[in-house]
Amino acid sequence: MSVRTLTIDDQPVSVEEGASVLDAAKAAGITIPTLCHMDGVYDTGACRLCLVEVEGIPKLLPACSTIAADGWVVRTQTERLQKYRRMTLELLFAERNHVCSACVANGHCELQTMAYSQGMDHVRYDYCYPKWGMDLSHPLFGMDHNRCILCARCVRTCWHIEGAGTKNLAGRGAGAHIITDMNEDWGDSATCTWCGKCVQSCPTGALFQIGATAGEMTREPARLADIITARRKKEWNV
Amino acid sequence: MTRTELNEIKEAELAARKRTTIRCCMAAGCTSQGSGELLKNLEAAVSEAGAEDEIEVRGVGCMRLCCQGPLAQADPGGPLYEKLEPSDAKAIIESILSGEAAKLQTGDPKHPFFAKQLSVVLGNSGEIDPERIESYIAADGYQALRHALREMRPEEVVQEIMDSGLRGRGGGGYPTGLKWQTVSKARGDKKYIVCNADEGDPGAFMDRTVLESDPHAILEGMTLAAYAVGADQGYIYVRAEYPLAIERLQKAIKQAKKAGLLGAQIMESPFNFSIDLRIGAGAFVCGEETALMASIEGRRGVPRPRPPFPAESGLWGCPTLINNVESFANIAPIVRNGSQWFAGIGTEKSKGTKVFALAGKISNTGIVEVPMGTPLRTIVEEMGGGAPDGGTVKAVQTGGPSGGCIPADHLDTPVEYESLSALGSIMGSGGMIVMDETTNMVDVARFFMEFCRDESCGKCIPCRTGTVQMHHLLTKIIDGKATARDLALLEELCDMVKHTSLCGLGMTAPNPVLSTLRFFRGEYEELLQPDPYANGRPTAVPTS
Repeated sequence: MSVRTLTIDDQPVSVEEGASVLDAAKAAGITIPTLCHMDGVYDTGACRLCLVEVEGIPKLLPACSTIAADGWVVRTQTERLQKYRRMTLELLFAERNHVCSACVANGHCELQTMAYSQGMDHVRYDYCYPKWGMDLSHPLFGMDHNRCILCARCVRTCWHIEGAGTKNLAGRGAGAHIITDMNEDWGDSATCTWCGKCVQSCPTGALFQIGATAGEMTREPARLADIITARRKKEWNV
Repeated sequence: MTRTELNEIKEAELAARKRTTIRCCMAAGCTSQGSGELLKNLEAAVSEAGAEDEIEVRGVGCMRLCCQGPLAQADPGGPLYEKLEPSDAKAIIESILSGEAAKLQTGDPKHPFFAKQLSVVLGNSGEIDPERIESYIAADGYQALRHALREMRPEEVVQEIMDSGLRGRGGGGYPTGLKWQTVSKARGDKKYIVCNADEGDPGAFMDRTVLESDPHAILEGMTLAAYAVGADQGYIYVRAEYPLAIERLQKAIKQAKKAGLLGAQIMESPFNFSIDLRIGAGAFVCGEETALMASIEGRRGVPRPRPPFPAESGLWGCPTLINNVESFANIAPIVRNGSQWFAGIGTEKSKGTKVFALAGKISNTGIVEVPMGTPLRTIVEEMGGGAPDGGTVKAVQTGGPSGGCIPADHLDTPVEYESLSALGSIMGSGGMIVMDETTNMVDVARFFMEFCRDESCGKCIPCRTGTVQMHHLLTKIIDGKATARDLALLEELCDMVKHTSLCGLGMTAPNPVLSTLRFFRGEYEELLQPDPYANGRPTAVPTS
């Protein structure tokens, strides 16, 4: 196995060939903010929070889906990147109806935590207040589209970890949304296995367990990655 | 199909030519005005007059001056008839037979609109019958393919395209030969050729014109590409909104297959290549190459990060060569006439010609093909005839929603990839929308932002919701409800969306705002004044 050596935020780090910049940063103990990335499923580079600067490359690169190369000098925390991250979060908060105080995921929400950690303390754009509905037709789980950030972690989890292919994306632009099967009520789904992995994968309160209180809405997306590790490497993390 | 057979078809076709040929435009513009019926009536009038041995009526591709359609012209030397009605057929035939001029509107074929054009891509457009392969072969069609298959090694074909200096006509301007070389060197048993015919910019109809007027040129160009890079399967991704182009491509593919010019052992060589059509379902973003390929594969048409580039990992993970319609249309002429001939046209860094679709506030709406380096002023004022009804040209928008507005005082800029990007616009695929003094530039920016907002795929946050906020801010400005703070927010968002979006659609979405801000900032500031509508409407703000 070949090795790639690069510098991230002035810190030298070596990773195996094929590792992403995000992997390399993790190896160096550097946290790059992410929302759509989830260990265990492939990356889509959609949320743009993990964009980093690489010396000599004019474009900003998504750390999650960029393969680390030898000799790169990567910066993850420049003023410009921090500003873009705050703006991205502002745009997300203005897009749908994210009301933390009334949300079941309050205190266990990656979006909320991200906003705190990135110093996004107010939104300068006009809120869109779209009228998205909820799907409470499933006996165990619910979906509140108002809280969805379209990271599609649930879709990837459903297709590539559970293999059910129940969740999908429909529509485009601001009208894009998560659907169940052929845009049916979740409760009518013939493919949903009731595994609940999608709820575990959701970074916000968009997917939740019906009846759970805010205190109970802890989720462990890392357990999903464990399944993949077990399956591929036959290593059991118990 | 051997060389002899190819020549036999050509000779038979030329021998069947009659003393007079009436070319009747059968491209989408003229057919929408009734040229289909006109063609039928012309044929009927010929047989009624018993002049079948004298006159040939030929349905041809685009004759370019769309605004004066339906068009027809009698060869040799006959007048160019404009704004024809189906009932005019008889008068045209009588005029040809009697030699007396018909009382119909005619145009001047020596007008700069025609005289300043140089046809490489559109050489057959308006000349041959796009629905007959024999018509294409009579115009030296498939000679380039025969030559390449028999007398050139694949790497020589790649070298020929490299030497020609051809750059991608989809808008990016990436050197076509270099792309071909990358794909030809990429490792893989299976390779694909894709023709991007998902033309979607508002006001752009160059690719449609090429597809409707000369479909075999695209097939020949793609086949040459396949031979050069070692592919055996091609796809033409064409939008469903172009039914006539689809129909003609289907016919052309069928004819080429039957003639042994597509399929197995093309022209009795060991080379195999098939082309299939894939019809787009109406998403603009599917013109972005990674989204286009996802759509061909049957998945949701959303872009993915590059690298890996399609040349390395494209359709189903295989090396894929993806070029635009106009790029492919240039290939056969380059192979036929040599790279040096092509490199002799245009400027140092932009070789060949470029097809533009003239639209908006311009007298001569239609299609023009000019050598690279032609000043915008020549295209807009001389060829296009400037703004209609005595108006003055205020700006020219190139590059569609990814481009920018070039103000009238920069019209002497030559048409080149570099000079247009220096002005904050882009060459783009060739849409050219002319605006006069009744156009408000903030409104123009909002129009394109609305387009990008509606066409964003929704995958990445900056494009999906940044365009919503930018559109909202532009509306606020137009409504006279914005402050300097809103303009600052808008500019900041433009910068952010440009640098953080995933694909080209998002990265270029702010361009119409940025370029109008650069040249027409006054129009924005006028609307930021307290109560800007108190003393009537500010500069050309639409009443709607």
